[in-house]
Amino acid sequence: MSDPIKVYPSKPQKVYYFGTCLVDMFYPDAGIAGVELLEREGIEVIFPQGQTCCGQPAYTSGYHDEARSVARAQLDLFPEDWPIVVPSGSCGGMMRKHYPSLFKDTPEATQAAEIAGRVWELTDFLLNVCHIKLEDLGEPVTVAMHTSCSARREMGVAEVGPALLGQLKNVNLVEQVRPEECCGFGGTFAVRHPEISGAMVEEKVGTLVDTGAREFVTTDCGCLMNIAGYAEKNGKPIQGQHILSFLWERTRGNTGGQS
Amino acid sequence: MSSRNIILQRLRNRTGGELTAPECDFSVLKRPDWSTAERIELFEKMIESVHGEVHHCTSDSWIERLAEVLNTRGARNLMVPNEHAIGQAIKASERTDLPELLLYDEPIESWQLHLFNEVDASITSTRGGIAETGSLILWPTPDEPRLMSLVPPVHIAVLNASEIYTTFHEAMLAQNWAAGMPTNALLISGPSKTADIEQTLAYGVHGPKELIILVIE
Amino acid sequence: MSDITAQSHHHIDVREFHPRAHAAIHNPKIRQNFRKAMDGLMAKRKAAFEGWDLETLRDLGANIRLKALSNLPDLLEQLEQKLTENGIKVHWAVDGDEACRIVRDICMARDAKTVIKGKSMVSEEMELNHYLQDQGIEALESDLGEYIVQLADETPSHIIMPAIHKNTGEISELMHEKTGTDLSNDVEYLTASARQQLREKFMNADVGVSGVNFAVAETGTLCLVENEGNGRMTTTVPPCHIAVTGIEKVVPSLEDVSALLALLTRSATGQHITTYFNMISSPRKGEELDGPEEVHVVLVDNGRSSIYQDDELLDTLRCIRCGACMNHCPVYTRVGGHTYGTTYPGPIGKILMPHLIGLDEGRHLPTASSLCGACGEVCPVKIPIPDLLVRLRQESVDGDRLHPAKVRGHGAKRSTGEALIWKGWAWMHASPGIYRLGTGVAAKFRALQPSKAGAWTDYRTAPKLAAKTLHQRMKERGQ
Repeated sequence: MSDPIKVYPSKPQKVYYFGTCLVDMFYPDAGIAGVELLEREGIEVIFPQGQTCCGQPAYTSGYHDEARSVARAQLDLFPEDWPIVVPSGSCGGMMRKHYPSLFKDTPEATQAAEIAGRVWELTDFLLNVCHIKLEDLGEPVTVAMHTSCSARREMGVAEVGPALLGQLKNVNLVEQVRPEECCGFGGTFAVRHPEISGAMVEEKVGTLVDTGAREFVTTDCGCLMNIAGYAEKNGKPIQGQHILSFLWERTRGNTGGQS
Repeated sequence: MSSRNIILQRLRNRTGGELTAPECDFSVLKRPDWSTAERIELFEKMIESVHGEVHHCTSDSWIERLAEVLNTRGARNLMVPNEHAIGQAIKASERTDLPELLLYDEPIESWQLHLFNEVDASITSTRGGIAETGSLILWPTPDEPRLMSLVPPVHIAVLNASEIYTTFHEAMLAQNWAAGMPTNALLISGPSKTADIEQTLAYGVHGPKELIILVIE
Repeated sequence: MSDITAQSHHHIDVREFHPRAHAAIHNPKIRQNFRKAMDGLMAKRKAAFEGWDLETLRDLGANIRLKALSNLPDLLEQLEQKLTENGIKVHWAVDGDEACRIVRDICMARDAKTVIKGKSMVSEEMELNHYLQDQGIEALESDLGEYIVQLADETPSHIIMPAIHKNTGEISELMHEKTGTDLSNDVEYLTASARQQLREKFMNADVGVSGVNFAVAETGTLCLVENEGNGRMTTTVPPCHIAVTGIEKVVPSLEDVSALLALLTRSATGQHITTYFNMISSPRKGEELDGPEEVHVVLVDNGRSSIYQDDELLDTLRCIRCGACMNHCPVYTRVGGHTYGTTYPGPIGKILMPHLIGLDEGRHLPTASSLCGACGEVCPVKIPIPDLLVRLRQESVDGDRLHPAKVRGHGAKRSTGEALIWKGWAWMHASPGIYRLGTGVAAKFRALQPSKAGAWTDYRTAPKLAAKTLHQRMKERGQ
């Protein structure tokens, strides 16, 4: 009945990188930052060029045939036994938690379940598999953090972001009121129920601004585009970044990566 | 076909097939063996947190305390059980500082208006207490009918400290409730209350405004 | 009452979800009342479970409910037999209408003119009050929240706190207008006034109608959870007591009740226990001086046996009606209970009501969620509410040929246009070459990206396409 307890693998030589479609088109910097962080930990990153999308938008909209056909196109991308890391709690949650039920009663059932067991949210992987140690090279700054609902509840990584930020000595992490409340993104929900979604993001931005921070970081690009997009449109004094970009930028130094 | 059979047949011919009952492990409800003193302390803390008022007494002092409790409230009368030792002791005490004693010895239909409007306080026994939730266990009887602990604005309950259980789970198993339940069994935890108006607590909405527990140690 | 979201339920069209949501969102009073109340309830629940191994306790709760459901027909028969042995009369109703008729017939046989009611969501589901009124029988709610809602001719906006949408001032005005009490913001005064009015009614009522929180098969016991004492009054003072309950409320044993009770009150209102836990096993016996001479139980199906057929949907029936899912729901908090237009609002309503009213009428309900998962996280019996919402979304568009839809009214939301969009989307995303080409072209011509993107940009700026996709940049890195 309880969610199975996560058993972290030992640190591997290689990982598969599933970049997600939002990162691919809108936030590739965050994707690259994740790659850089992994490589700095001595891990070889394999990026299957055949990847597209995990299938979640269709899945949560009820179009399971379509979700399955898109998800099926991802299944052969990870032939070796390496972990699959994802810079998103939402897409990670889709693959880890929902692939097994999506492919139930299909020929791919075993393969999908096997893949699901190898999927890790990237910050969780960095902290708990790579045991990353971050050295902060940035100026003092105050930030707030929004952990996506799927990162928090499907992937169980609510503690991870704050722990990583806590390693950065010049970063003052402040907590907003109701940190665990949804920002209102919810994929197609934001379009089907724009007013409710709008009311939710309005309050989320309000609580973030009230912390005094002028920057926030988040685990998921859906939340990022929602929260930062609302702040930008409505002239609210806060800007957002994917947590991977933030971590990489503050720790890369002058000699660091190539992005 | 009767509605009964329609419903039962639909349930029995479930398209999903037979279901398997999972094991239920109740150990999460169990608590370490607490001493009587610990149980009393927790009981008191919990029932006071919901506005119950606890008085520590002995088997010699409780009637005196009862008189004080009633006098500070200006109670004009007290409804007592006729046969239970509590009622016997109060009647036998012949204290002059007790208010008029009333008995619930007629079916409710014959004196409902009087019960609802004229009785200031009642005293009943209990079948024990529950420390974890600050609850009293009552099994009303012909001698202590159901409305006795509900209608008067002040309800006083006598609780033997040795009968405080740690949890409800423990109490129902220790007293073997499964062997047979009375017409009505009650857990009472504090006076009647409501938070239906803007989550503001108000006491005595339908039942007693005050619950006073005389713990006999 | 100018609040258009709070209508009397004869006129509610469940499908008009959006206009009601619009009205609620733009009603600062509603927003404030719910936000304040939900914040309080969330904090209290959290405090009440401190020191508990909550996951293990929730596992136990879920397992108890599954155990009961796995044996439901036998348990119902055992319950019926025990209740009958105890002198309680058992009735069965396939739907709300039949349940209403059963209650009416009991009332008529006793020549009853007035009914006093304890809180019962099943009776709301049956719309019992209006039915009885149409039959010339007065039905008066006695739970303070239900009483207020009835005075306003509204429906409950929350299953545990029916009048949570109103603040003290609004309630004071309502009571003043309908019952002649003084205008006052003193909650004690308002409560005392209601006590006075309702005591008269308890004394004069011919029949008491209550719900049931748990029905225990092994002993034939009806358990009721309450704080006010109105439930005890309702089940003790009138000469006849009728308990209405869904068929899923039965549990095998008293021991099961001890665990579910520990979960129920803490989840609902953050109370370690309610003031009263009232266990009824028979009518007045022999020498007893009070209590009803007749006790009836109406076991109501009303769609539950349909839910019971399917392994996944079955989990819906685990619900113990604590309301924690609505207390923690960011959508419910924004729009309030009346927006849903259904007996059960919030997350549990979204997964339960489509079975009761059909997925055609309830088509918007499963969509009104960001799938944030807060509901599933707090559910004391671990109902996977988000998964069930997704299942119902699939049913409402007939979206899975492998697992054909089963719920009444399925497919009502499917439109050719939308289905085509998803087909196109799937075609592109299942073809990596076309996907890379498409996203690459989009990146190249990103300057042409429109700044407006439907409803999204009413509230936010449009997300900006990057100059190069991650695919392209990884390729450049040789990966």
